Amino acid sequence: MLNEKLPGTPMSSEEFEKAITIEDHPALEYAWDDGVAIGRYLKELKNGRIVARTCSGCDRIMIPPRMFCELCWRPTDEWHFVKDTGVVNTFAVTRVNWDASRRGPNEPPLMPAVIEIDGASKGMGILHLLGDVDPKKVKIGMKVKAVWKPEKERTGAITDIKYFKPY
Amino acid sequence: MGYNKVACVGAGITRFVRRAKETGRELAWEAAKMALDSAGMTLKDIDCVVMGTAPDAFDGVHMKGEYLADGSGGFCKPYMRHFVGGGTGVFAPIHGWQHVASGKFDTCLVVCEEKMSSTFPHPQGAFITIFDHTTEQALGPTLIWIFALEMNRYMQRWGLSERDVAKVSVQNKANAIDHPAAQLGQKITVEDVLNSEVLAWPVKRLDISPASDGAAAIILTNEHKARQVTDKPVWVSGVGWCLETAYWATRDLYYPVYVEKAAKMAYDMAGIREPDKEIHVAEPYDPFDYKMLHHMEGLLLCKRGEAAKLVADGVTARTGRLPCCPSGGALGVGNPIAATGLMKIIELFLQLRGEAGKRQIPGDPRVGVAQAWGDLMQVGTVVVMNR
Repeated sequence: MLNEKLPGTPMSSEEFEKAITIEDHPALEYAWDDGVAIGRYLKELKNGRIVARTCSGCDRIMIPPRMFCELCWRPTDEWHFVKDTGVVNTFAVTRVNWDASRRGPNEPPLMPAVIEIDGASKGMGILHLLGDVDPKKVKIGMKVKAVWKPEKERTGAITDIKYFKPY
Repeated sequence: MGYNKVACVGAGITRFVRRAKETGRELAWEAAKMALDSAGMTLKDIDCVVMGTAPDAFDGVHMKGEYLADGSGGFCKPYMRHFVGGGTGVFAPIHGWQHVASGKFDTCLVVCEEKMSSTFPHPQGAFITIFDHTTEQALGPTLIWIFALEMNRYMQRWGLSERDVAKVSVQNKANAIDHPAAQLGQKITVEDVLNSEVLAWPVKRLDISPASDGAAAIILTNEHKARQVTDKPVWVSGVGWCLETAYWATRDLYYPVYVEKAAKMAYDMAGIREPDKEIHVAEPYDPFDYKMLHHMEGLLLCKRGEAAKLVADGVTARTGRLPCCPSGGALGVGNPIAATGLMKIIELFLQLRGEAGKRQIPGDPRVGVAQAWGDLMQVGTVVVMNR
């Protein structure tokens, strides 16, 4: 049986805000390797194309591309271009930023989505954003197409696609 | 079987609060000491210590396991810390089970601690680095986003409304009123949930468990030692765990296959063939209200897509046929990540001993299951306990 009075001392917000906080900005910068598979993926995004990898073991066309198949546990086989269109598998309409701060009243909500890319195997999706659409009109199953940054602004990053919009 | 029987013989827990004055070490000490006292044991009786605690980034203390070793009684003993995100709190007793079941140790003290209040402005910020650094972080994701994506997919797949899901939050927060550790025990209505701040539609503020500080601890022993210290051992009769691929967007989120695999592993070991009939009490992980439903299905406690109906029909209430989260769960008791899972194990321990006080479910329960979940929508950890 648990005692009705357990240890643990709650602090009020006021008490807590009096806390001495230590702001720590360690000079940690990371140079992440993009890897063999994602390196090529990013290079092709710069070219305005989406590239996948095929595995002849499970017959999947995989996006994001990978050099080994996690299901068959074998090397993947070939590069394969897929379309820049897809289907919304699921989506959200969010008012929170990455650090849980709220978006301002004049900032539109972000609409992250899992998008199943056309030409890849059924169910192979990526995380991206939706745009150019009223949040109330977004539906699971909606067909969407990539909106690319202008060619000279692309840097070889996932953000070379600005967002996906219905078409 | 090729391993020793393992019993839980004692438990301790602190209050779960948004901000505790106590340090993580002090919280760990309070829970660990209470667990030892409850079994009439001292640290001298403990052969090894397992520590479960989630990301170092919460505390800003690198090598947090080492930092917490003193509070958890782990110094100068075989001591191991592990971390599988939100799944940690149910993996900790599995880890302890391994130590004792193998025959290497007679006793193991399992301690789980979390202090989330140290991170400013909010512990959510610590999660950005779990996403793929090249293909996902650039989009500015938060865990709340992917919960919202999963919840939307789950609701759409089974034709559920936000109202159907909100009933879980109402049930669990009300259950927590009777838990002495609880942070958010309260009577709320479905309307309260629906009208609470939209964070990432369909997720609203009252769909989510709070950030918390707290600690919990249990004592595991072999059968011989258990018979010496208690006449009411609760056996760890099944353990299971499973990790899915980190390519979370390439698997359909509406069903947690990895939870099912972990559950089947635990049920096979416990000799359970029909979990929906043989389990008397369940503590599925409920960091969000839809997650309890999702996990009831993964735990094979009902058919896929039917969990919401069980909640609506009162089947999951304490007085129902299959009580789920009688403790009040993460939604009500609070969610100090690693400590939450162990809180669920402690709830089974108390319920199966008939010592849950105002929370006691009727009908002499003998078999329970607890589960936690975490990492990148990825890990399932499951423990079955028997009286």
